[in-house]
Amino acid sequence: MKKTNAPHQENKNIMLLTYVVLALFLGMMGYFGYFLQVKSEDVINSSYNARLDRFSDRILRGRIFSSDGLVLAETQNNALGGEVRVYPFANAFSHVVGYTSKGKTGVESLGNFYLLSSHVNLFEQIWDQFSGQKSPGDDVITTLDARLQMTAYEELGDRKGAVVCLEPGTGKLLAMVSKPDYDPNPASLDAVWETLIQEENDQAQLLNRATQGLYPPGSVFKIVTALEAMRENTTGWKEIPFDCSGVYAVEDYSIKCYHNNVHGLQNLELSFANSCNGAFASLGLSLDLASMEELAFQLLFNTELPLALPYAKSTYSMKAGADTWEILQTSIGQGMTQVTPIHMAMMTAAIANGGILMKPYVIERVNNAAGEEVKKFLPSSAKSLMTAQEAGQLGDLMRQVVITGTGSALRDAPYSSAGKTGSAEFETGKETHAWFTGYAPAEEPKIVVTVIVEEGGSGGQAAAPVARKLFDQYLLR
Amino acid sequence: MMNLIIETSKYLMILLMACYTYFNFRFFSFRDIWKKRAICARQNQAMFMLHLLAYLIIYLKTGEVLVLIFYAAQVVFFLAYIYLYRLFYRNVSRLLVNNACMLMCVGLIMLTRISLNRAIRQFILIAASAVITWLVPWIIDHVWQLSRAAWLYAVIGLGLLGVVCLTGTTTFGAQLSLEIHGISFQPSEFVKITFVFFAAAMFYRSVCFKTVAVTTTVAAAHVLILVLSKDLGSALLFFVAYVFMLFVATSNWLYLGAGMGSGALAALVAYRWFPHVQTRVSAWSDPWSDIDKNGYQIAQSLFAIGTGGWFGMGLYQGMPYKIPVVEKDFIFAAISEELGGIFALCVVLICIGCFLQFMMVAGTLKASFFKLIAFGLGIVYITQVFLTIGGVTKFIPSTGVTLPFVSYGGSSIFSTFLLFNIIQGLYILKRNEEEEDEEN
Repeated sequence: MKKTNAPHQENKNIMLLTYVVLALFLGMMGYFGYFLQVKSEDVINSSYNARLDRFSDRILRGRIFSSDGLVLAETQNNALGGEVRVYPFANAFSHVVGYTSKGKTGVESLGNFYLLSSHVNLFEQIWDQFSGQKSPGDDVITTLDARLQMTAYEELGDRKGAVVCLEPGTGKLLAMVSKPDYDPNPASLDAVWETLIQEENDQAQLLNRATQGLYPPGSVFKIVTALEAMRENTTGWKEIPFDCSGVYAVEDYSIKCYHNNVHGLQNLELSFANSCNGAFASLGLSLDLASMEELAFQLLFNTELPLALPYAKSTYSMKAGADTWEILQTSIGQGMTQVTPIHMAMMTAAIANGGILMKPYVIERVNNAAGEEVKKFLPSSAKSLMTAQEAGQLGDLMRQVVITGTGSALRDAPYSSAGKTGSAEFETGKETHAWFTGYAPAEEPKIVVTVIVEEGGSGGQAAAPVARKLFDQYLLR
Repeated sequence: MMNLIIETSKYLMILLMACYTYFNFRFFSFRDIWKKRAICARQNQAMFMLHLLAYLIIYLKTGEVLVLIFYAAQVVFFLAYIYLYRLFYRNVSRLLVNNACMLMCVGLIMLTRISLNRAIRQFILIAASAVITWLVPWIIDHVWQLSRAAWLYAVIGLGLLGVVCLTGTTTFGAQLSLEIHGISFQPSEFVKITFVFFAAAMFYRSVCFKTVAVTTTVAAAHVLILVLSKDLGSALLFFVAYVFMLFVATSNWLYLGAGMGSGALAALVAYRWFPHVQTRVSAWSDPWSDIDKNGYQIAQSLFAIGTGGWFGMGLYQGMPYKIPVVEKDFIFAAISEELGGIFALCVVLICIGCFLQFMMVAGTLKASFFKLIAFGLGIVYITQVFLTIGGVTKFIPSTGVTLPFVSYGGSSIFSTFLLFNIIQGLYILKRNEEEEDEEN
């Protein structure tokens, strides 16, 4: 009896397990299709993917536009029947748009996949393939504002340094200038390439100082020290007193204010506005260093930035138990701390945006050659750097810098602004690096500007006026 | 002009592959034998046309005369295999023969593109395996003692695996192969067949608790040795095949549940204890953070598949050689990159078609021993397909098994021939019986 029944039952089991296997395969094939259709685009747009270069055999590299519709890069046919990448603005966008003739950098690298993909209609593409013609690649529309970029480029002039402009509410990169620079047009770049990469070359033209330049922050770091003071002293922080005599002496050490200025009796609001070094050095001695280190980490020191462009990590090294000299120095942004301009701009953008840092981005849209939208990038929040209340309090401090303190260059502007200046010492006997980081309008921030001028002198006199021109250009156009 | 030929061929090859795959499933809907034969003939046409187009491109791209000779040799082989098989065994499953040829054909195209020398070596192994395993259906039909040799299978299986575990050569961190006189072979490829025979023979005898306990112990010993050899893909293969066979033989849900439960537990323990398991899992969950080292292979595979897209880059337009071990475990990525995602999906569907055919054979067989063998081998086959394709596409962690008939490697080819021809033998056995019944 068992023998005759068994095959029937066995077949039922086989049937059941066959369905299980088929279901698993259906899942896997579905995943495969999903990967090809949806996910693959993000995956293959990687600098590790050598295959992308092969695309240029069949695709004519697309154009790069500014947000106001100007061509920043395009591929043209040259007289010899070959192709040449043309950068109409030459040096002005060199670091942010990048180059293509010696590897790829900037937007040329970030958007490489889009520039080498074609979304003209399928019929046209197949026709192009059969006739051996290249299909036109997609165009990348950046968030860069050409007028702002040109202003930054001109205002920085021949000085070394960097400018970063962000839209705090979205994270859009509005402008990014680094000097000294180079002309990314292939012929010009080829001509100077050997000298640029020479070891003796100490100008570092190829380095994008805005994202990769590490500078001592100087007094702009007082934003961090002030935030730590607020956290440790939630009610009375504003009234922390200090009597400034121009030089603050502790043990065998002394901390001087810029040009030995005597600020007199200060509270924290005033000492921030006047950038009183003594006040902040003395404040630093009262702070919990472990908690301060934790704050620095929260503010993205010693860690990855939410940024697609190549960057250097900002460093903060003071730990609990540091000696007096290190505390004095670190509290006023000297010592071992180093920061990149983009990082400074990101902290400022978070203050301007209620504590939330929006992820900076430079590619806004991808269009096909006919101008139809293929892909749009939306703003996304990266991290909450501080509470809205703390951001508000720091904003008030930075507003006072403009109204009564070192930000006098912005005082008579027809819009309200907030910021912090810095004059960072980096080598004895040399002029200080001039910093300014701030935003405008103060009530409803539309733009964040961070400026560093190497060996520019005081932040209030060398960097703040550059920011003024940029605010003027953006807000009064 | 050359551009035109190459581009047209790319789309034509996808079309031919899609037609072939469609015929494969259409076949199942026919009852009439002549209609079935007609559709198999159309499959042959599609395959030979695809084969011709592919080698035309390869020749145009390389300009090597050797490629033409190689192509001709393959055509002769495929024709001989298809027609001589029919001549010798009247009741052969033509669909299964076709599918085996198609999968080998795709494998040879891809291998020729990656390395002509390896493709030629693979072809010689294919031809040799085909001739040797020719006898398998005859053996199935004439040797009656197959179901009595349970312990012989166990001794052979455990012995071979044990020897590899102790003395085998190490590749990619696992002891896989034995080397005898410069020829290396992977015993686990053969043991998976003796293993299925062992389990089938045991369950054929009895499914009482005592037999199940003994069989399970021996099966566990197989799996354990494989785990010790760090051959996790095979270990998983054996495990799945055993648990499924146990369930089919006993219809006992408790066994299935206990099997799955202990499997999950074993996986957890393996993850805790073995660093190389953790490496595989982390490379799967996030290849990008370790792209220079452990994530490199899977990342390159995804680049290949993603860059190829639905229609593929076309032969010689991609960079399959960027993927480590592309000709073996990662051949599927190379197919997807150059021949296209649609083509690759068709390969998966053909494998599923083979599996369904295996299950149908299992379903029609009356003798429990043969039924279990057909089912067990079918599960071994499809699990292997699932592990390799799942690993390449990052659906599951990569376990390092080959794609039967497509991947490069002698042991893999030979054991797949063996597996297909055993099923073929069972099919022929069944059909011969049916014919006798009709005549009576």
